[in-house]
Amino acid sequence: MCLALPVKVVEVGCGPAGDWAIVDLGGVKKEISLALLDDVQVGDYVILHVGYALSKLDPEEAERTLALFSDMAESAAAAA
Amino acid sequence: MKYIDEFRDGAVAKTLADKIAKLVQPQRRYSLMEFCGGHTHAISRYGLTDLLPPHVRMVHGPGCPVCVLPIGRIDMAINLALDQGVILCTYGDTLRVPASECLSLMKAKARGGDIRMVYSTLDALQIARDNPQREVVFFAIGFETTTPPTALAILQAQQEQLANFSVLCCHVLTPPAITQILELPEVPQRGTLPIDGFIGPAHVSTVIGSRPYEFVAEKYRKPVVIAGFEPLDVMQAILMLINQVNQGRAEVENEFSRAVSRDGNRKAQDCVAEVFELRREFEWRGLSVVPYSALMIREKYATFDAERRFKLDYKSVPDNKACECAAILRGVKRPQDCKIFGTVCTPENPIGSCMVSSEGACSAHYSYGRYKDMD
Amino acid sequence: MSEIKRGYVRPLDLKHGRVDLTHGAGGRAMVQLISELFARHLGNKYLGQGNDGAVLPAPVLDGKPARLVMSTDCHVVSPLFFPGGDIGCLSVHGTLNDVAVMGATPLYLAAGFILEEGFALADLARIVESMADAARATGVPVVTGDTKVVERGKGDGIFITTTAVGVLPDGLELGGARVRPGDVVLVSGSMGDHGVAIMSQRENLTFEARIESDTAALHGLIAKLLATGADIRCLRDPTRGGLASTLNEIAGQSGVGMMLHEKAIPIKPVVAAACEFLGLDPLYVANEGKLIVICAALDAPRLLAALHAHPLGVDAAVIGEVIADDHHFVQLTTAFGGRRIVDWLVGEQLPRIC
Repeated sequence: MCLALPVKVVEVGCGPAGDWAIVDLGGVKKEISLALLDDVQVGDYVILHVGYALSKLDPEEAERTLALFSDMAESAAAAA
Repeated sequence: MKYIDEFRDGAVAKTLADKIAKLVQPQRRYSLMEFCGGHTHAISRYGLTDLLPPHVRMVHGPGCPVCVLPIGRIDMAINLALDQGVILCTYGDTLRVPASECLSLMKAKARGGDIRMVYSTLDALQIARDNPQREVVFFAIGFETTTPPTALAILQAQQEQLANFSVLCCHVLTPPAITQILELPEVPQRGTLPIDGFIGPAHVSTVIGSRPYEFVAEKYRKPVVIAGFEPLDVMQAILMLINQVNQGRAEVENEFSRAVSRDGNRKAQDCVAEVFELRREFEWRGLSVVPYSALMIREKYATFDAERRFKLDYKSVPDNKACECAAILRGVKRPQDCKIFGTVCTPENPIGSCMVSSEGACSAHYSYGRYKDMD
Repeated sequence: MSEIKRGYVRPLDLKHGRVDLTHGAGGRAMVQLISELFARHLGNKYLGQGNDGAVLPAPVLDGKPARLVMSTDCHVVSPLFFPGGDIGCLSVHGTLNDVAVMGATPLYLAAGFILEEGFALADLARIVESMADAARATGVPVVTGDTKVVERGKGDGIFITTTAVGVLPDGLELGGARVRPGDVVLVSGSMGDHGVAIMSQRENLTFEARIESDTAALHGLIAKLLATGADIRCLRDPTRGGLASTLNEIAGQSGVGMMLHEKAIPIKPVVAAACEFLGLDPLYVANEGKLIVICAALDAPRLLAALHAHPLGVDAAVIGEVIADDHHFVQLTTAFGGRRIVDWLVGEQLPRIC
């Protein structure tokens, strides 16, 4: 059961216990629970799964990974 | 869509494909297992195998919780709906899995079972609140990604004293399943496929972290690369695995570093530990009985355990004789090797679970990859 | 001399009233429902004949008796009112389109209603007005109808069945069995809008998305396409089961295969995002105002221009070609560079979790 999406937090502190957030993906908004995470701010990206945010997405790591797609094999080819 | 589209870029895919092609050693063959059903689906849906050189073979692992759910567990759920009259809440994926007596949850619904598809445990809790005079059972399946939400649901139910809510817990664990594959006892009987490396699950790892896979590298000397779900993530992970194999390394590497850390989500792990404990053993479809591989609800929360509340007994039910799901789930056979694949067993009329779930190897191959069998 | 006073008939309370079993019984209550609600909005000279069957003039085209095309559709959509439309206009558009894709000019509509006891008259009036507006806009009158009422709990508010009849000019043959290798596949616009608009309203799957159903009558657009004189093999609207299922149908009928190109298929970003949330593939999601056009390769540019020139075809695109294939597979080159089949829809698309 792994289908999960990176979504942007646009509002926090919602819901009866204040641990819900509104997230946005490409213009589609949904209310989800932040009960499994601490310290989520508006503007953060989180991984959403079955109605809950499971982890925060690190934008710097994301950039690093994208850069890696272009880097890696050059160094690997050099090493091989 | 940010953090999705960039990881599906076709032009970058081509460069990665070229790099993989240059990296493979001409005389060598690589068998890489993608453990997780989400990866199986991504590989099929994007046609990734077309971009890989013939030296690389992707072996589909048992990381699809619907596929490994034994018939006997679905029977329990059906029994609750049809004989005990509960409102049974379930994720959509389980509805068509074939069970005993030619039933499935969908067929049981047609027979009058009050079976409702939910997207989240939050919906199930709401159904329990809205129907105080009915028993509401949540059919909890899934690996470690889905377990924390179930734990929270039970904690929430306790806080609200929701007396009519309970959970049929069929949560399973990833590391024991990987061990089981690496330890295949019936190697001489069923045959085994030497696996050179594993693509580790994406979202399970956000919860458990990368640490639990270190035993695979240390004890079994196999590299593991944790990969995100987007197709570029998978390709990058394949590249990293081939690199490790070429260099004779066996380490845990984390391609999905944007969401996975070594420790994982501690808060989620704590919730799970509070509510669940390990079952001594659990039957997995395809892997038979695996020790300490599944969870049950702790005594403290026994009142929310549907198995105890309704005094359910688990009865093991063997698969259809012609069904090769067991071998396919271990990566020992391919869907095309099964005699009934595509003939008797189709997505419309699935005989085994590999054909039902869209992550199952058979369903993925049937729905996306059958054109390859033409040649 | 006796004076028989006419009985006072209290008008229907369209604001607060509800359908009850007498409205379907065939007596005065039903007559009142028809005259104060249905006929009030849908009325025309044929419906006004007031008999069991409407008497219609014999269809003639260019001075010759014409071939008839007839189609019927049942509508059970839930919810009844959704962004971009409702069951009323949907039922008119859907059936008209089924006639129009055969190349026929729709002439008349029939409508049957099954109402559940307790259904709000205000909602019924809203639906019937919407149907009347759609019928007027398309110039196709509802010439006959029927109403039945079932007990509370035995029907989901309202079910509508519509039937349309149209005339087909001589020599025009369109159909799913006429497609040949080398033909080109076009679509008139973005895929998946209607299904996602519906899902966004259902319980258990709640999210706010600015997605509207694309429900529309296509016969005007189709007339423009036919007027180009292009060699069109087949027209079809990809409704339930989406683009994928409809193309598989056609491939099977003609005994061919197809090769589509994912990058070329128009999908609105917000629909793509909603499908991500739900774990759905937009190729399998229903459309209610879109057209698949399969034509001889040489005519594709001409038809694409004609589509673009029409308000319902501004996002039209060439999405693939027809190939020889004994397995009748519909295949797709993915945006990613790989290849896969686009198989028939299996069961009902359930939102994926994993």
